[in-house]
Amino acid sequence: MSELTGLTIAAARAALEKKEFSALELTEAYLGEIEGANGALNAYVAVTRDKARDMARACDERLARGEGRPLEGIPLGIKDLYCTQGVHAQACSHVLDGFLPRYESTVTANLWSAGAVMLGKLNMDEFAMGSSNETSYYGPAINPWRASGSEEKLVPGGSSGGSAAAVAARLCAGATATDTGGSIRQPAALTGTVGIKPTYGRCSRWGIVAFASSLDQAGPIARTVRDAAMMLGAMAGHDAKDTTSVDTPVPDYAAALGGSVKGMRIGIPREYRIDGMSAEIGALWDKGIDWLKASGAEIVEVSLPHTKYALPAYYIVAPAEASSNLARYDGVRYGLRVAGDDIIAMYENSRAAGFGAEVKRRIMVGTYVLSAGYYDAYYLKAQQVRTLIKRDFDSAFEKVDALLTPATPNSAFALGAMTDDPIAMYLNDVFTVTVNMAGLPGISVPAGFDARGLPLGLQLIGKPFDEANLFRLAQALEDAAGETPPAQRWW
Amino acid sequence: MDEMVRSAPKDKLIKGATGDWEVIIGLEVHAQVTSKSKLFSPASAEYGGAPNDHVSLIDAAMPGMLPVINEECVRQAIRTGLGLKARINLKSVFDRKNYFYPDLPQGYQISQFKQPIVGEGVVYLDMAEGEQIAVGIERLHLEQDAGKSIHDQHPSLSYVDLNRSGVALMEIVSKPDMRSADEAKAYVTKLRTILRYLGTCDGNMEEGSMRADVNVSVRRPGEPLGTRCEIKNVNSIRFVGQAIDYEARRQIDVIEDGGTISQETRLFDSRSGQTRSMRSKEEAHDYRYFPDPDLLPLEFDQPYVDALAAALPELPDEKKARFVADFGLSPYDAGILVGERVAADYFEQVAQGRDAKAAANWVINELFGRLNKDGVDIVESPVSAAQLGAIIDLVASGVISGKIAKDLFEIVWSEGGDPAEIVESRGMKQVTDTGAIEKAIDEVMAANPDKVAQAKEKPSMAGWFVGQVMKATGGKANPQAVNALLKDKLGLE
Repeated sequence: MSELTGLTIAAARAALEKKEFSALELTEAYLGEIEGANGALNAYVAVTRDKARDMARACDERLARGEGRPLEGIPLGIKDLYCTQGVHAQACSHVLDGFLPRYESTVTANLWSAGAVMLGKLNMDEFAMGSSNETSYYGPAINPWRASGSEEKLVPGGSSGGSAAAVAARLCAGATATDTGGSIRQPAALTGTVGIKPTYGRCSRWGIVAFASSLDQAGPIARTVRDAAMMLGAMAGHDAKDTTSVDTPVPDYAAALGGSVKGMRIGIPREYRIDGMSAEIGALWDKGIDWLKASGAEIVEVSLPHTKYALPAYYIVAPAEASSNLARYDGVRYGLRVAGDDIIAMYENSRAAGFGAEVKRRIMVGTYVLSAGYYDAYYLKAQQVRTLIKRDFDSAFEKVDALLTPATPNSAFALGAMTDDPIAMYLNDVFTVTVNMAGLPGISVPAGFDARGLPLGLQLIGKPFDEANLFRLAQALEDAAGETPPAQRWW
Repeated sequence: MDEMVRSAPKDKLIKGATGDWEVIIGLEVHAQVTSKSKLFSPASAEYGGAPNDHVSLIDAAMPGMLPVINEECVRQAIRTGLGLKARINLKSVFDRKNYFYPDLPQGYQISQFKQPIVGEGVVYLDMAEGEQIAVGIERLHLEQDAGKSIHDQHPSLSYVDLNRSGVALMEIVSKPDMRSADEAKAYVTKLRTILRYLGTCDGNMEEGSMRADVNVSVRRPGEPLGTRCEIKNVNSIRFVGQAIDYEARRQIDVIEDGGTISQETRLFDSRSGQTRSMRSKEEAHDYRYFPDPDLLPLEFDQPYVDALAAALPELPDEKKARFVADFGLSPYDAGILVGERVAADYFEQVAQGRDAKAAANWVINELFGRLNKDGVDIVESPVSAAQLGAIIDLVASGVISGKIAKDLFEIVWSEGGDPAEIVESRGMKQVTDTGAIEKAIDEVMAANPDKVAQAKEKPSMAGWFVGQVMKATGGKANPQAVNALLKDKLGLE
């Protein structure tokens, strides 16, 4: 690892300002790292070298004029789910083969106007459907972390597996990701990185390939809480092109960091102590409670009684929306087209060849739960559950400022370990989906390692649009846990 | 609920081989909203344009694109609802109607299913002989139009034009309140009139801005409703009538032959005048409606609706009532005049400061007749309201006779000009000079002594003399003066 790629966003930004090195040098350092690592980690599905260099040069000009913006010269990786003008944007699906958007997503456009540099597009589960990055058409991204003394390849989590792997392996300073049921927080937890899913409506969804529209949110994965705060500050904001985005000012998250958490009330939801939770996860959670207590926060036990219905309800709502959102991939206007004798055959051939097994499974589940005669029993019921889950959180937040839970039920697992058991895979999201169902912000923070030396994360859940307090609490955990060392380089 | 359904009067029943049948009709009219841009995208909603000229990234359903509601379309839907005297729902929801079709890029149509923007209302129809029928409106909702598949441009491929994709439509659903093809035609006509008054739809059926799905069933009078068939996309008022007549007769024949009607969707073939099966109920799509998660529920408050209501133009029913009350017109004449807003405005201009009945007669009989004859729209009428008013004034003041006035109208129609000047310069003034008239009478009497003798026996013979005198004076003699002088000279009462 070069010295430059070892820097956090905050540190690199400060050094750029002081002209310790140029934005182009920083970008070249990352491009070099990607060159050396991507064969093993498969974190990037497209590297935009020329574009990165051009952007970095423009950053240097601005820095030279003293006009550096918040992320001036910071090289980032972008999840393939984001539409980036003229650049690979295929949601890691075969069905979008060759698709080059003529438009730029609002969130990435925001990042570029904050001065960031694009290194390339990051691997992910196909259409963000998966928890291990194994459903990608481009093959799995690999977790830079390995169990001590093992050479077994582990998954980086998903769906933002490429983002998490790239950040953990220092192949970018930070990465964009998206989270529909845990797709930012679970991979962050599995790779020793920080990931925040902001409040639904905080970031524009415009130009991000839709999976489940009522749940999808953009967010960053970064090495530290401060870096995540800096990135979210640039990504967030109201967008008239997304009517579900909310017109409320974006606070200066980074500036809000460092404040005391003394007196803040932290809820511990008892229902999250699920059956069969490993002792390690339980111990991690207790450790987190102790850290926050030691920082002066008050710990309160709370109840979220409908928690157990969240995962099944999520796996009705998300596939239902997906089945409709993915109807546009029909081979008519863009992407893969497999000819057929008539239009129906062309649809069938294109979609059969274009979608992977997990995507097909969810389209079928979604189609089923919306069908005449089943709508009331499944979709409507799931929406009612969703209302109850929201209500649970509302009443909890009358008593507390934030909630602390584990981020995942386990650490990173081996490639292929769960591919034959979709239900086991879905259980990876058990602590995270509730947050999407309620539209709340949630952040995953590295909090230690399991017995095999693999990273584990804790999750903080906040009130709507209370990201600033979440960051502050997350930093308290980060401070207590100590700096996460980078994964030992084996690639 | 059957007693709530209106029963057709005897003369609207259809005769079958086994007795009388009543036809029950309900319509779903799709009306394109008059707006600059589409329902959820900034692309132009204008008719025409080169294929795929009016297409935004949203209309083409590019990945990651999101719909944003066009407020103008919402305003137009509310205004239409007010014009239909309907309940306006302050909260409504957009749903996705899912199905695959090449000209439906999203794979779903954004529509309103369970919670439409407009609820129940009513449209009044004036039928012949003063009969008025109230047709209930079930609902009005906003939805996206689809694109167009073009099959005749390539030997093996079809092309798709997305110009219409995403254009705002109002689907206006009537209750099954119509009992004859004439009523259905009157309903579509009246609906179109209301939409045009409001300026919410141009009503051009030939451009597809208005089309109707016609639901038809038949029953024995007094019996429960029969199974209905839906005839899709009928695109003219005449075809609506033809489709209903054909379909009602077809259903009666099927039932009288011992068969049953199966619920299905049918197509109307305007060349043969027949309907044919398109798909059965079993083949019907499962549209998997669900609320569109890209759009928040559509909400506005009562003051917003009230402001739109206050700015609504006078609508045909109100205008007609006013014409009857203020101008003393017959309901029939008033109904004709309000059929188009421009025609009503024209009439009002002519009637201003004049005898309204005379103005109505001139507009309806002379002007409309002449417009129809030449196929000219009233907005392009060669005779302006001011010119027609001047003609009427010349008659009223006795300068010209009614007969000459018609000639004058014809001159103004084809040549233009100031009617008074034309009368002056062409010597069309009626002769009121009794000397000249007397001279003409004397000549006629002198030439026809036998007729003079007859007239003394039979006073109605005076009419023949009037005709002769008018002929002799080139129609310019004042008829009242001729009458009076004749009676005098003939020695009649």
